[in-house]
Amino acid sequence: MASYITKSPWIIHYDGSSCNGCDIEVLACLTPMYDVERFGIINTGNPKHADIFLVTGSVNEQNIPVVKQIYDQMPNPKVVVAIGICATSGGIFRECYNIVGGVDQVVPVDVFVPGCAARPEAIIDGVVKGLGVLAEKQAALAKGVRDAEVPGAYKYEEAAEETAEAAAEEIAEEAPEAAAEKAAEERKEEEAV
Amino acid sequence: MAKRTIIPFGPQHPVLPEPIHLDLVIEDERVVEAIPSIGYIHRGLEKLVEKNEWPEMVYVIERVCGICSFGHGWGYCKTIEGNMGIEVPPRAEYLRTIWHELGRIHSHLLWLGLLADAFGFESLFMHTWRLRETILDIFEETTGGRVIFSVCKVGGLRKDVADEKLAEIAETLNGLKKEFRELAGVFLEDVSVKSRLAGVGVLSYDEAAALGTVGPVARGSGLNNDVRLDGHGAYAELGFEPCLETDGDCYARCKVRVREVFQSIDLIGRAIAKMPEGEIAAAVKGNPAGEFVGRMEQPRGEAYYYSKGAGAKFLERIRVRTPTNANIPALVKTLQGCDLADVPILVLTIDPCISCTER
Amino acid sequence: MTERKDLIQDILPIEAVELLGAAQDLRTAGYRLGQACATFAGEELELLYSFEKDNVLKNLKVRIDAKAPEIQSVTAVFGYAFIYENEMHDLFGITFKNLSLDYGGKFFKIAKETPWNPAYVKPETVGGDD
Repeated sequence: MASYITKSPWIIHYDGSSCNGCDIEVLACLTPMYDVERFGIINTGNPKHADIFLVTGSVNEQNIPVVKQIYDQMPNPKVVVAIGICATSGGIFRECYNIVGGVDQVVPVDVFVPGCAARPEAIIDGVVKGLGVLAEKQAALAKGVRDAEVPGAYKYEEAAEETAEAAAEEIAEEAPEAAAEKAAEERKEEEAV
Repeated sequence: MAKRTIIPFGPQHPVLPEPIHLDLVIEDERVVEAIPSIGYIHRGLEKLVEKNEWPEMVYVIERVCGICSFGHGWGYCKTIEGNMGIEVPPRAEYLRTIWHELGRIHSHLLWLGLLADAFGFESLFMHTWRLRETILDIFEETTGGRVIFSVCKVGGLRKDVADEKLAEIAETLNGLKKEFRELAGVFLEDVSVKSRLAGVGVLSYDEAAALGTVGPVARGSGLNNDVRLDGHGAYAELGFEPCLETDGDCYARCKVRVREVFQSIDLIGRAIAKMPEGEIAAAVKGNPAGEFVGRMEQPRGEAYYYSKGAGAKFLERIRVRTPTNANIPALVKTLQGCDLADVPILVLTIDPCISCTER
Repeated sequence: MTERKDLIQDILPIEAVELLGAAQDLRTAGYRLGQACATFAGEELELLYSFEKDNVLKNLKVRIDAKAPEIQSVTAVFGYAFIYENEMHDLFGITFKNLSLDYGGKFFKIAKETPWNPAYVKPETVGGDD
């Protein structure tokens, strides 16, 4: 039962506010030199297809809802891997006025990969470590035990409920698309006047 | 008249490696207007000058962007060196030129790969990125880092490269040139690739000039504003001539970058052959106390570095204006009237670096 | 020895009212706008506009009040200046009069208002200025 998911985990990648260094290393993992596809790992753009969430860069006010949304849409069991020092703690940009901090401020993180930029070997290592967590979480799910009771695991559902509520409110209030649309409409009206 | 619809594009979108948001106003399948909005990765890193002493600030500026990291480090060092009147030893200028041009090759190969991915040619993407690893290996062998390697410092360099190693690099690059020639043939001659690029997103010379376009986008429209002609580094001594194309479409922009890969390989070869002996760093005393506006030609185009000091350990202001910033108006212009299906390619041909843009 | 054009620094202080005219003159002379940025300097803001022609830079420097900074937009001369002016508006709170494409403070979406200009005083009544 536990085998198929860990033998072909699909990943989704989001660039928080990274400098691109870690992003291109994540991409480099997928290309012939490192080629993680030989392990069945596929990069998907759809959060509902993904098992492992790779985040590069730290979070800011603007992208918190985006990160939460991706996390909430992923099916259980799921693993979050923070890639690079910025995703871990904010790194060199920690003291910037527009940085909130590491990704763990927003969603529970299972594996932290150090480095600036994180090396492809380290990223692959982190993902493999994440597979262990994924197997544990799946075993727990299979046993009918709530995630929350697995030692060392995060209180998923509670956290998910909270974030879903918060996200729903935020979306209702100021979905970026809606806001931009409104702005565009206003502009058009102005032009018309 | 067809009904107008607004399609939001990004920030998280399967074809986007980075978060940018566009509101595409479309009529049927045609884009009428595009309104960009950014701000997803604004960090405010220029403000870190208040917390980092100026010799340390180079590490922050290098992290403006992980792709043209070396170039940003050089740009910062250049503005401080200009500010303090430091003369950099010739060997350091030559080595900086080599690393910067290696960075350009790696950046252009990265971009060509992403372009191949955008028009749906995945094996070409994989092959381009395989070649790119050659450059990253050279970086790793000479500096220890793959993408961010902090080898530049104010006054010169932190590390020298042995002459035997340089000879080895020249040989590796000759091999790369041969392999890349094969791929360049696919990018420039293949009928299906050409059909996606030729005649798409045309930007005329006049438009490019009026919109303040820079870098390969400008050169694809025949506009020559290559900063490498201003006398810095070793370019003048190496006999540098910019690559210009006149068609101004996606194909021309692709061709400029393909030609620049070959050109950079040649430039590095000549720099290695003419490499001067001597020191790699000049002594630095005191603190920057004036103002200086410096420029660099990054893989994506012209970048500005402004520094202002008051004779203290902490600078008063650092300002970086990156090439993508200057190319956004050109992007908005070329998107007008294009097919919705061509949007990813058009966004890519300005080689957007959002991390650079927002800092 | 090659000529180091990049070492030529030409920074010309001018008055705020002269800016648009000076920019127009430079445009007529074949210069293009390279960048525009602001620096916080105590009671005042220093605006620096850099222009380039044949790889030689010419810079114009304008000083304006930091509390309620306001200046004429140069978008009438160089349309693409909207990128720099919207950025300065969001980071420094500078109001640009006759800005051709105004994002209304939504260009950079930041948590803190005018993070670069601690002296900025937000006008109490919110109203359109045109």
